[in-house]
Amino acid sequence: MALVELRSVSKVYHLGGEEIRALDGVTLDIEEGEFISIIGPSGSGKSTLMHILGCLDSPSHGTIKLDGVMIQDASPRQLAAIRNRKIGFVFQFFNLLPKLNVVQNVELPMIYSGVSGRERRQRAQQSLEAVELANRSKHRPSQLSGGQQQRVAIARALVNSPRIIFADEPTGNLDSHTGEAILALFRKLSAEGRTIVLVTHDPEIAAVTPRRIEIRDGRIADKVDAELAGLHRPAQAAAAPGT
Amino acid sequence: MDRSAGGKADVMNPLRTPLANEALQTSSLNIVVTIGVGLREIWAHKFRSLLTMLGIILGVSSLVAMSALVKGREKAEKEALIAIGGLAEVRIEAQELPVEQQSSKDQAVGITINDVYALAASAPLVTRLSPEMRVPATVSANGKTFRPPFCSGVWPVALEMNEHVVQYGRMFNEIDDELARSVCVIGTETRDQLWGKPEEVGQEIIPVGETMFINGQPFTIIGMFQHYESEQERKQHALEKLEEQRHGKKPIGTTRNRGWGGRSGGWAFWIKNATIYMPLNTAWMKYRSGVSRVATSNTGAGPSGATGDPRLSALVVRVADAEQLGTALQQIRNVLMCTHRGLEDFAFRTQEDWAEGIATFVRNLRLSGGVIAGISLLVGGIGIMNIMLASISERVREIGIRKSIGATTGDIFVQILVESLVIAMLGGLAGLVASWGLLQLITWFSPTDNAPIMSLSAMALAFSFSLLVGVLAGLFPAFKASRLNPIQALRYD
Repeated sequence: MALVELRSVSKVYHLGGEEIRALDGVTLDIEEGEFISIIGPSGSGKSTLMHILGCLDSPSHGTIKLDGVMIQDASPRQLAAIRNRKIGFVFQFFNLLPKLNVVQNVELPMIYSGVSGRERRQRAQQSLEAVELANRSKHRPSQLSGGQQQRVAIARALVNSPRIIFADEPTGNLDSHTGEAILALFRKLSAEGRTIVLVTHDPEIAAVTPRRIEIRDGRIADKVDAELAGLHRPAQAAAAPGT
Repeated sequence: MDRSAGGKADVMNPLRTPLANEALQTSSLNIVVTIGVGLREIWAHKFRSLLTMLGIILGVSSLVAMSALVKGREKAEKEALIAIGGLAEVRIEAQELPVEQQSSKDQAVGITINDVYALAASAPLVTRLSPEMRVPATVSANGKTFRPPFCSGVWPVALEMNEHVVQYGRMFNEIDDELARSVCVIGTETRDQLWGKPEEVGQEIIPVGETMFINGQPFTIIGMFQHYESEQERKQHALEKLEEQRHGKKPIGTTRNRGWGGRSGGWAFWIKNATIYMPLNTAWMKYRSGVSRVATSNTGAGPSGATGDPRLSALVVRVADAEQLGTALQQIRNVLMCTHRGLEDFAFRTQEDWAEGIATFVRNLRLSGGVIAGISLLVGGIGIMNIMLASISERVREIGIRKSIGATTGDIFVQILVESLVIAMLGGLAGLVASWGLLQLITWFSPTDNAPIMSLSAMALAFSFSLLVGVLAGLFPAFKASRLNPIQALRYD
């Protein structure tokens, strides 16, 4: 059983009476421990796909199974719980809370999962160690460089030990050198066995992942890639963490 | 990281439990943490929060201060009421006959000493009877003359009836009354008028043993009451004494007499101080032709000046219980109708009207104060709502982030509501402190006024109102914030 199973998922928006198909019958499986990139130009529907995968949005049609649970009909409350425990987000603009210091930012997901104060601090510190920022825990985000801020965001994504991490253009706001360092961090996390989905428009960044899926006009575009992504996974699953 | 990942595996185990169970788990959002978030948010915008709180501060402090002032005033009014006898005291006075009984005018005898004995025997609810024979008097002594408003022949029981306390000398007793001795007891005002005030003379003269002429007849003063004064006057005197000590001298020049009616309730104390009492029999023997039988001059209760006329000016009775005043009055009426042979030539005077007046006055004051405080609390609430709305549109992105990492709609709702509540709560607490300061200020400015009484109930009421306002003002912004779509909120710049 795959970690994520999408079956003919569609998302339809109604804009002024016009019907816009942001996603059109996407079928996709993501195995546990996979490092996968979703690429496509802006407007292709890759963001919508990520939002649906990340439980920020629900599909109009089709089914999603995440970690063995069907979530297409889940209530907003249940979706929030899934986002909190099973999913970690890393955004292009870091999205740290400027009024909180680094460790408080990292603690935030645990506040919503009701972790006690002492354990929160301990786990946040562990998570910061993983991104090599433990010595900056009392700094404000504004006192950190872009790369450091993104590493804090990654620490925050990791802190609740999610089943899957979504990174939306994680290097989009960084210079190429810093961006590479962030990608290296993702590779390292992948090597530790984490499931990571990288969303980007940049083929060069997508090149770091062993598996790539291209989205065009709301569909998985490249036949070859789609087949590669397809349903015969045992070889892939074994190969992915090794790369 | 490997280590930590291994350690976290245990923590991850609950993730395998069914979804519904997990959803339940999220509801354990720590309220303490949420309040902390709210406090931090308020601290981050100190000045803005202070301005927002100001409305609540003013509302709460005006509510508490207003209620304290009203309470102080109410107490002063009640003190005055008690000084003249309280609610349980009823005056029975002669009155002109009603129209239908005018033909029997010559048989109307008015209140006599017989009525007193009849009431004592037949009206069980009446506990004390104090007959009164008023003498329109001009008193003179020490080369000075004074016309007291209240010179009466009474029984010794009048002392308790009218809550008099003899400070110097003694009250006349039953023997003095029986023998109709020429003795009298005076109040401090009479002393002040004839011998001078202690403040002016420099020493307190106690004229016990002195002779005083009442309408030309010599009387021996055997006692003097204590000086009665209201709380205000007491404070005024204390203040004057303090000033005197501080400056080492008295103010030079004539002092302006501000009149005894200047302050509420003051006249009741003045009249009490100007009282002159003599034994009832003395008044009867010496002045029986000159006794004013009625308090009001418009009655025609028969020819005056008849020798041995036993008619009284008034009869003051005290009933057992102010609650049973109505029943007691009915008893008195029944007895008097009997002794007066059906002629209704008497009337009752009670303090009920005054008591009701006090109640109405206090109610009005409270109402107007409450309305003003309520309006300022309302304005404060609008201010909070306004600032919360501004705050959430500033923090759309933050709300998006919080939602994306697992905050539920309810979590966001609670967060905004708690922030609003915390502002109101801090405002309420500051308001309580401010009201205390305000009252100190008022007391400092006019120390002789009725002392405001801060009541715990008023404080609790004002504080809980501020909390209510905080919750109400936070509801709409919290609802609005919690409904934000996380995707749009994250895109928002």
